[in-house]
Amino acid sequence: MKGLGDAMPAAGRALDADERVRLENAAREIRKRTIDAIGYLGVGHIGGSLSIVELLSVLYFKQMRIDPSNPRMDSRDRLVLSKGHAGPALYSTLALKGYFPLEWLHTLNKGGTNLPSHCDRNKTPGIDMTTGSLGQGLSAACGIALANRIDGRNVITYAIIGDGESDEGQVWEAAMFARHHRLDHLIACTDCNKMQIDGMTSAILDVEALQDKWAAFGWLVSRVDGHDVGAVSAAVDAARASAEEGTGKPSMIILDTIKGKGAAFCEGLITNHNMTFDYDTAKKAIAELG
Amino acid sequence: MAGKEMRTVYAETLVRLAADDPRIVVLEADLMRATGTGLFKDAYPERMINVGVAEANLLGVAAGLAAEGKHPFAATFGCFASRRAFDQFFISCAYAKLPVTLVGTDPGVSAAYNGGTHMPFEDIGIMRTVPALDIVEPSDAVSLEAFVMALAASPRAGYMRLHRKAVDPIYAKGESFALGKGKLLREGEDLLIVALGAIMVPAALEAAARLAAEGINAAVIDALCAKPLDAELILSWAKKTGAVLTAENHQIAGGLGSAVAELLAETGAALLTRVGVVEAFGEVGTQDYLAAHFGLNAETIVERAKALVRRRKQP
Repeated sequence: MKGLGDAMPAAGRALDADERVRLENAAREIRKRTIDAIGYLGVGHIGGSLSIVELLSVLYFKQMRIDPSNPRMDSRDRLVLSKGHAGPALYSTLALKGYFPLEWLHTLNKGGTNLPSHCDRNKTPGIDMTTGSLGQGLSAACGIALANRIDGRNVITYAIIGDGESDEGQVWEAAMFARHHRLDHLIACTDCNKMQIDGMTSAILDVEALQDKWAAFGWLVSRVDGHDVGAVSAAVDAARASAEEGTGKPSMIILDTIKGKGAAFCEGLITNHNMTFDYDTAKKAIAELG
Repeated sequence: MAGKEMRTVYAETLVRLAADDPRIVVLEADLMRATGTGLFKDAYPERMINVGVAEANLLGVAAGLAAEGKHPFAATFGCFASRRAFDQFFISCAYAKLPVTLVGTDPGVSAAYNGGTHMPFEDIGIMRTVPALDIVEPSDAVSLEAFVMALAASPRAGYMRLHRKAVDPIYAKGESFALGKGKLLREGEDLLIVALGAIMVPAALEAAARLAAEGINAAVIDALCAKPLDAELILSWAKKTGAVLTAENHQIAGGLGSAVAELLAETGAALLTRVGVVEAFGEVGTQDYLAAHFGLNAETIVERAKALVRRRKQP
């Protein structure tokens, strides 16, 4: 199987203690703001938003080259949130980074808002691609990575897809394409929270073994605890190293996560995909996060 | 006299544009040999992206390229461009306000020997539902070259039907065209024929000549753009003649005939009859056989035009 299914080096640089605390604090803030934004409205995609919080902390507070005052900076790293329904977690992250005022978070899904339930590149500063129809974002990320290579910009394109989303055939069209076109500056992450709308992925349509599938498509694959900022950051380090080396292999980081992570009222609940809860419930969950 | 194949004109125009415009990239889904864009690959290998037999990914990758400032021209057979990857075009390209030009080749009966599975009689109808989309069907090489240039300069998504074979010229070199604008090819006071595409526009002109020999003077408009329709031009001649016949290499449901019917119904400007495919799937055969089979020819237009004029003259 030479050339196929190479595992990533076990770890990149370990986080020092201060860095770990900083990223955990950022994740806590993202989580609190996300629960607050959805709770303020009273309904939303809480489960799949909370499962990617640590990843967003690692990317936006450590790994990505960005400038919140210049959201379309040429030399920025790009991110496509293909599971576009997790927009609220990304909006919280972008607001905390200063892309737009934190007050905007209370406009989520209200008429005329700049923060629609699914990501829109024309509405929200910092959103690089419009998503929401599952399965399409990884293809767009391929196009973005390819355009940057054609134009000679040395940037990383990140994509976040869901395990349930991986039911879509287009994901695997993009998987073949990225390897064939040697898009090693593409780093994709699968939020493997084991759930989709109608039940456990194992019961609805089993996507496992995900790492074997991506390896068979020729990607560099790692699988880590998606709620451990140190493990996530090390995996991103390894993927970036592959890009720097020019291995020709795109990277897939599979994140084992829990849908609804960190909010007791919904963590691990199969019904948390798009859930109604009142603002008092949100406030209680936020208080419990400290 | 037919000149170059239309697909060669398409590819040559893109090669010419690409020389000065780094935004131009070309995408194919394993139909480069059919579309004729091998010419582009020879000239700009790094700007020709072949995604393989994967139309959903074709349009997703095109959208990503456009998000980075490129203007992709992505082509496949019209049936796949419209039916198979519609949501990818709708959401990743059009809804995202990205300037992707999708090219659907082999419109209607020009799919000929590929038969019913490959014969788009519905692509315009499907695409007309996309907000803020330009839909064009050039009728000859001169209009094709002009509209490729217009679409490349447009900041929004577009859909172009591309007849691949060589066709007789209609326009003189240097004629100017614009998105959303049709062309009046012939004046006449008895009825207006609005035609679309490289098969039906020549058929309309031939029909008008035959009608003239029988004392019926038909105005002829080459619609060129199914969306936005050139309402001003069509309405002005509809009012002058009081009778409109549409002619398209497409179903009458959803396409040019529907677009003109909507226009006339809201203005009450004229009687209408529509020539096109009625409640039928495509079939296999030569283009001439299929055109006759589905009534997409001058004979049908003449017959229907006479009936329309008789109807208009009834008290």
